[in-house]
Amino acid sequence: MNAAGFPILSLVTWLPLVGGAIILSIRGDAEAVARNARWAALWTSLIVFGLSLVLWVKFNPSDPGFQFVENVPWMPEYGLTYHLGVDGISVLFVLLSTALTPICVLASWEIIKYQVREYMLAFLILETMMVGTFCSLDFIIFYMFFEGTLIPMYLIIGVWGGPRRIYSAFKFFLFTLAGSVLLLLAILAVWYQTGTMDIATLLHTKLPASMQIWLFLAFLASFAVKLPMWPVHTWLPDAHVEAPTAGSVMLAGVLLKFGGYGFLRFSVPLLPVASATLAPLMFALGVMAVIYTSFVALAQDDMKKLIAYSSVAHMGLVTIGTFTFNEQGLQGAMFQMLSHGVVSAALFLCVGVVYDRLHTHEIDRFGGLIDRMPFYALILMFFSLASVGLPGTSGFVGEILVMIGALQVNFWLALLGGTGMILSVGYMLYMYRRVIFGTIVHAELKNFLDLSPREVAVFAPLVVLTLWMGIYPSSFTSFWAASIGQIVQNHQMAMLHGVHLAGMLAR
Amino acid sequence: MLTAIAVFFPLLGAALAGLLGRPAGDRASQVASILCMIVASAAGIAAAVLLGIGAIEPGTIEITNWISAGTFHVSWALRNDTLSAVMVAMVSTVSMLIHVYSVGYMAHEDRPCWRFFSYISLFSFAMLMLVTADNILQLFFGWEGVGLMSYLLIGYWYYKPAANAAAIKAFVVNRVADLFFTVGIALLFFQFGTLSFSDIFAAVPSHAARHYELFGASLPVLEVIGVLLFIGAMGKSAQLFFHTWLPDAMEGPTPISALIHAATMVTAGVFLVARMSPLMEYAPIALSVVAVIGGSTSFFAATIACAQDDIKKVIAYSTCSQLGYMFAAAGVGAFDISIFHLITHAFFKSLLFLGAGSVIHAMSGEQDMRRMGGLWNKIPITYSVMWVGFLALAGIPFFSGFYSKDAILDAALGTPGGVAFYAYITGVAAAFLTAFYSWRVLFMTFHGTSRAEPHVQEHVHESPAVMTVPLILLAVGSAIVGYSLDGTFIGLHWQSFWGASIVILPGSNPFTHMESIHGVVKWIPTLVGLAGLATALLFYILVPRIPDWLATRFRPVHIFLVKKWYFDEIYDAIFVRGALALARLLWKVGDVAVIDGVPNGIATLTTDSSGEVVKLQTGSVAQYAFAMVLGVVILVAVFLLFR
Repeated sequence: MNAAGFPILSLVTWLPLVGGAIILSIRGDAEAVARNARWAALWTSLIVFGLSLVLWVKFNPSDPGFQFVENVPWMPEYGLTYHLGVDGISVLFVLLSTALTPICVLASWEIIKYQVREYMLAFLILETMMVGTFCSLDFIIFYMFFEGTLIPMYLIIGVWGGPRRIYSAFKFFLFTLAGSVLLLLAILAVWYQTGTMDIATLLHTKLPASMQIWLFLAFLASFAVKLPMWPVHTWLPDAHVEAPTAGSVMLAGVLLKFGGYGFLRFSVPLLPVASATLAPLMFALGVMAVIYTSFVALAQDDMKKLIAYSSVAHMGLVTIGTFTFNEQGLQGAMFQMLSHGVVSAALFLCVGVVYDRLHTHEIDRFGGLIDRMPFYALILMFFSLASVGLPGTSGFVGEILVMIGALQVNFWLALLGGTGMILSVGYMLYMYRRVIFGTIVHAELKNFLDLSPREVAVFAPLVVLTLWMGIYPSSFTSFWAASIGQIVQNHQMAMLHGVHLAGMLAR
Repeated sequence: MLTAIAVFFPLLGAALAGLLGRPAGDRASQVASILCMIVASAAGIAAAVLLGIGAIEPGTIEITNWISAGTFHVSWALRNDTLSAVMVAMVSTVSMLIHVYSVGYMAHEDRPCWRFFSYISLFSFAMLMLVTADNILQLFFGWEGVGLMSYLLIGYWYYKPAANAAAIKAFVVNRVADLFFTVGIALLFFQFGTLSFSDIFAAVPSHAARHYELFGASLPVLEVIGVLLFIGAMGKSAQLFFHTWLPDAMEGPTPISALIHAATMVTAGVFLVARMSPLMEYAPIALSVVAVIGGSTSFFAATIACAQDDIKKVIAYSTCSQLGYMFAAAGVGAFDISIFHLITHAFFKSLLFLGAGSVIHAMSGEQDMRRMGGLWNKIPITYSVMWVGFLALAGIPFFSGFYSKDAILDAALGTPGGVAFYAYITGVAAAFLTAFYSWRVLFMTFHGTSRAEPHVQEHVHESPAVMTVPLILLAVGSAIVGYSLDGTFIGLHWQSFWGASIVILPGSNPFTHMESIHGVVKWIPTLVGLAGLATALLFYILVPRIPDWLATRFRPVHIFLVKKWYFDEIYDAIFVRGALALARLLWKVGDVAVIDGVPNGIATLTTDSSGEVVKLQTGSVAQYAFAMVLGVVILVAVFLLFR
């Protein structure tokens, strides 16, 4: 049935829920429940990660189509199927999700003290939803998973978050929901128009140009909020500031990728005419995101807010790369997303380390940490540099590919999109200086301990990944090269055939 | 193979120094990193000599694939041609000497200094990657790597706020230039479809007629690329408008100033222009820009150097000025002379910095020359090597700088055209100022009566052998390198040495004109140098009232120079304050007031309507259902209306 010989995608998708059921069945005194819940969650997520490695090994990079496909009729009278499969664009996002979940569980080990069972359950549900989003090949199922991530994330922020968690959780929920409603409507319109919800089929379906623009804008409403793009980004800093560390990691590491994934999976291949027509708008929004949010990041006094704003700027590059419609730009966008998934996750974990010790992420409360925590200083420096895109780290590869792609479109797009190179150095190093360098002035920092073995275990895989992606990115780009090549080719074909469609549009 | 050893042993040394530091202590780190550097230096010199005598052929060592995307391919590969080999030999040797010197210099540190040795070894690795890169993206890897290590080493004393500020400034200013460099790289790929040097250079002649639309005009694409890459070089090599970070970088330990901010990293820009010579030769306008910026910087920085009182700042501005010379040479098409001056400068300038370090060491950390004086008989070795360094810097015959600087000025004079003549005039003026500030430093520091505090005076001592031996070796280099490489690096037979690594088109080789310069014109640079020396002698030894009289008589000029032409003040007002003000404006007004104003209004509305004490879960579901229904209704309506 597929390369793995068993329904691997279903297993990876639903196994976390089985683990969740086990966690729910734990009984005993509060202490024992908490301890067992932690271990159960860790083992579940590790097993899921181990299983997902089958995808890494067995995936055939030369095949641009969907692999490990499972296709079971679900509601045949409506044309709905339980259709799962991954291609080069989605497979590494599945792995990113399964790799970050155990790291999140580990990072929450001691700091989450109340309702540990429910907390771990929320993360396992989140994992199911994320993996499902990337695997589903039926638009309705995709939408269910896509929206489903809102619920556990909403609870993670709202229950285990900081002092203003209710406000932030609502804001997060309302922003994303407002966009998603439009996405649902667009999906229904596609269904009405084509009679199928099967993504693999839809990718070869031509939609009328007049409809494409509307659909594109509706998709955009949802994906722009997720990514997030300027000017609908303001929910992100608030959500990050209040979210617990692991919540931020998941939010930045995976949930933001939904937007870029949506563009690559749906907007560009399904709506080529609209994508090409509206590309200038997307470029403008992307450049705006890079410049505007980089400046805003410069003014932040809160480490988490600063990293959140830097995420928006990094995602601006994803937008730019996606709509260049050339291989360098698209691969750069993919790489930027993957790299950001690792690096921003690590940066939020870095903030978590000092948050666990002082229960604040205000920059001014720190200073001079290098004397007490030299190893931590090294790790934070490493990930700060990866974030600013130093060559040799993962951040560089995505950035340079997007710039090379952008220059083929327009000189100014490359130059303005690249300003993040300068500004990011400004805000990251300015933050680093205030947190790490100098001398200790706040007495409570004097008894800080350096990274514990558990924290080292959290960071070690991320360091290795960041370097690996920076020094030998071909291990990763080879996964999506064929799929991206096909998107580019199809886009060019559609543009050739779409001349008369464009004519229709003008009328 | 030798190149690979020279490049990767410093990386090994950095790793060992970093790993051994905590468990085994400073001494183990020092030994490990120095041993690795000795191996690297030996391999580097051997490779250069073998290549020079033709025993091995230029070639490329392919390591592995780096980035691939569609038609875009970049490899990790080491290029071994004469230009690379010369740079590798110089970088590894100077770096090795500075490693040794640092053992003595860092001995008085309170904190463990293994971090320092790990950093400078890692720096050497990045620099060697830069000069051996086989494609421009790998060059950029080394480029950013040396930038990072420069940042870390400027801020080495992380508890000093000034050091932290200088480190960030260096990184950010360099990044501004790097943005243009990166766009240049992207344009190179767009036009040539490759980033490998060999492929680009082979395709240059066929691209000479191509044009690129920019600023509403159609410009020759090679000119655009040349200017973009040169802007990158201006950042790293601290040329006019991008120079502000270099003097501040003196906050780092002095061996760093010698290694990174004199001998190696700052010359990367010059190296880049020389490396791209096959392309730059087809971009005459870009070359003119190089010459004008180079000439202007050589003069501008020399004027500032005359008015500074911090011994390291004087030498820093002198470095700026000398880098200007190198660019002036490249700008008139004399890439071989430019690299020749790069090599001689590496020796005498690192000597001067290390000598200054030895002075500072003797003076218990004092850097202000107004509180020095009369040191010559207390630290005689330092004193004599400083003389050698300044003689070489000022271009006094037959020290190293004489050969390379004279060749630059001859090349500028010999090249027809106004731009080359501008470079010549600024160069000669700078030569006078160079000799003047050189002896100003010597006289203020070593002669006259001591102006130091009594307790500092008691402590004045000559540096230990671990510091003076590298000084003496560098002094020997500063004395003889120019003479011994003169006929090989430059002159009529330049091509038999450089091979294909440097390209000068037959029509534009300034050397053909240089031969016609005779008589007194030939000796003008030397004469103005001696005049500068005499002026310094007059001002600081014979009639010491003159400087003060001049400073009060021409007060605005003096302040203008002391304030370094006000570049820092202007940049601070426009860029630093401007950026921070804009940042706060966008945040407080853009994000908080405008963008959040609308959703917050809606949020307040919904939370109010659902009451304050709604439980989280039920609240969320209600919200979800309500908003979804509302949205569907509205959007179905909109969709049907406009369909």
